[in-house]
Amino acid sequence: MLGSTAGRLYWMFRNLERSENTARLIEAGLNIALTRSAAASDEWASVVATAGSTDAYRSRYDTHEAATVVDFLLRDPQNPASVRSLYDVARENARGVRTALTRELWESINESWMTILDLLEEPLATPDLPAVLRMIKRESAYVRGSMHGTMTRNENHDFARLGTFVERADNTARILDVKYYLLLPSSGHVGSRLDSVQWDTILRAVSARRAYRWTDRGEINPPSIAKFLILDPQMPRSLLFCYRKIFDKLVYLDPEGALPESRTMADQLRNCVERASIGSIFDQGLHEFLRERIQDTADLSAQIELDFRFHP
Amino acid sequence: MFGYTDAPRDIYAGYGTWFNGERPEHLLVKAHAAEALFRRTGITFTVYGDGESNERLIPFDIVPRLIGASEWTRLELGVTQRVRALNAFVHDLYHRREILRAGRIPISLIEHNEAFVQQMIGTTPPGDVYTHIVGIDLVRTSENEFFVLEDNARTPSGVSYMLENRETMLHLFPELFSQTRVRRVNDYPRLLRRALSACAPRSCDGDPTIAVLTPGVYNSAFFEHSFLSDEMGVELVEGQDLEVRDGRLTMRTTRGYQPIDVLYRRVDDEFLDPLTFNPTSMLGVAGLMDVYRAGKLTIANAPGTGVADDKAIYSYVPTMIDFYLGERPILNNVQTWRCSEPDSLAYVQQHLSELVVKEVHGSGGYGMLIGPAASRRELDAFASKLAANPANYVAQPTLSLSTVPILTEAGLAPRHVDLRPFALMSPNEITVTPGGLTRVALTEGSLVVNSSQGGGTKDTWVLEY
Repeated sequence: MLGSTAGRLYWMFRNLERSENTARLIEAGLNIALTRSAAASDEWASVVATAGSTDAYRSRYDTHEAATVVDFLLRDPQNPASVRSLYDVARENARGVRTALTRELWESINESWMTILDLLEEPLATPDLPAVLRMIKRESAYVRGSMHGTMTRNENHDFARLGTFVERADNTARILDVKYYLLLPSSGHVGSRLDSVQWDTILRAVSARRAYRWTDRGEINPPSIAKFLILDPQMPRSLLFCYRKIFDKLVYLDPEGALPESRTMADQLRNCVERASIGSIFDQGLHEFLRERIQDTADLSAQIELDFRFHP
Repeated sequence: MFGYTDAPRDIYAGYGTWFNGERPEHLLVKAHAAEALFRRTGITFTVYGDGESNERLIPFDIVPRLIGASEWTRLELGVTQRVRALNAFVHDLYHRREILRAGRIPISLIEHNEAFVQQMIGTTPPGDVYTHIVGIDLVRTSENEFFVLEDNARTPSGVSYMLENRETMLHLFPELFSQTRVRRVNDYPRLLRRALSACAPRSCDGDPTIAVLTPGVYNSAFFEHSFLSDEMGVELVEGQDLEVRDGRLTMRTTRGYQPIDVLYRRVDDEFLDPLTFNPTSMLGVAGLMDVYRAGKLTIANAPGTGVADDKAIYSYVPTMIDFYLGERPILNNVQTWRCSEPDSLAYVQQHLSELVVKEVHGSGGYGMLIGPAASRRELDAFASKLAANPANYVAQPTLSLSTVPILTEAGLAPRHVDLRPFALMSPNEITVTPGGLTRVALTEGSLVVNSSQGGGTKDTWVLEY
């Protein structure tokens, strides 16, 4: 397959994954802002930080009003990470690799793009927001479903999944990192109602509230939330889960191990998380651990682009 | 006004009966369903010019255009004859130039022709095929009277609409196809692949690797490029995917560089190779022409074929048919005044308001004058452009084109159409797919069918008998 086709598939699915995560982040932010209006502005600032858009946002706005943050993250065409921009690029990539997509998958992304463009045409009033966010997540699910249901499990599929999990690993690490101080063991002793709202937000941001409740019998306990999102082997957004998937996909793509670089890097990344315990992570420092994984993920992504010749 | 009131031709009788039995609201709903289908599947083209590029739909009319079996047989023979003559002409121009030496075509027409490619002199493409894919634009003036308006021998487009329009009709009106015997068009991609394979370089043994070269997603015909590569099951490449390595054209894959044998390019000559043509081109690949001239690659259509399809050369195609084939043209040309000739220029200047005047190298309906529809001011402005550079123009009479029915909100209404059948050439045969692209001028009375100028399309049915 063409290197550029692999690259477009990879970035198409990175963008789709990111747009879905952004919608979820806003949903979590909205929830906390409604319950804690006094600290709403801080909460929106941390939403922007988690979306990785702090600098871009600050260059445009001084304060973190709900309306400006939401508009910036959903609709702003000048923000390359707004849901709208992400969908534009994803759909443009899809159009470029139509020949690598099934008809159903192409139509689903094309229709979703039209729906989302339509939804985000006008600035959104707060009361409409939950419905719009739900639609964005639903469109994402629609595209993903078309992919799962129709795409042959070949290289095209591997690159699509690779993009999904690289983006997801990065996003989960960011979500944790922005709130890492809440997850330190010492803050567990506080145990106030306000902080349980914060923990709740983290779980909402990865759509894992119910899953977590079943895992740890509903005890909200910061180290165990960190453990769940980093080390749980079954939770599809945990770092361990993502890194295992990334490694698997690279093995499928390169069964003979002809591309030692990205495969070795992915292997190390997976091992590093597999061998860690939540205790050792806290000993090292949760913040440092997450920063390193975010950097490792970015390096791995750059190596994948190189190894599979995405660019001339 | 629904229903056929003005005595349709016999071949429409069956369709007319069916149509009159349908509820008008129901048909309009179907027409809207067709539009939604095109949008959902992204069958769009891009319009240039208004700052940012814009994806649009080509309006689709649900009333098919019918062509009878005997009528088609004659068209097919005429198109085949024309393609043979055009290919022979291109070969001759880049070799012995006998038609010029015999004085049948003025040499000035070639010397000053921008489409003539010096680098092709003495180069014979694999199988001696230059014009692998040709689209011939035809208009009908009366029963069994077709005229050729234009030849498209460079990179004719529109074939994806021939195929998608049929898919859409099958989807919307399956019952119609069970009562009317319509010849199939959907073999085209398979035939195209076969024709391209048959033209592979002699050095290629085994199944040739074919790729479609597109200028990219922002090109107006990108949908068609991706559609054809998908239908043929070959890679769609851009200039940035290609590299010349070890004397071969290769594409960059995730596992290294893979040689290409046949390149179906949808990029114009001047952008193919920055070392040979336009040095600023980002759309082609450096060194491509060297590989081509070394006989290690087939380019379809061959570079330099554009010389056969400009609007001044067009008027000499009957001469070519006589010169190379010793035959009489089966399909006639429209009378054409070459403004490079003083007598013709004088005539055109006197009759500007009655004529259609076109740029010799223009396409897409841009830069043309339709005399009868033009205002005084437009005529004056065009007259001065014409006087400044007469050789750049040719003129033709406005024909009394026949019309076909389209569906409007108010019912059936007559509109002008043209027809572009597609011919495929390989060393052994020329095949013309039974059907083609029917373009329709959607505005009442209009003669302009180009999609960039608000024209639409409809499905073309060649009947089995």
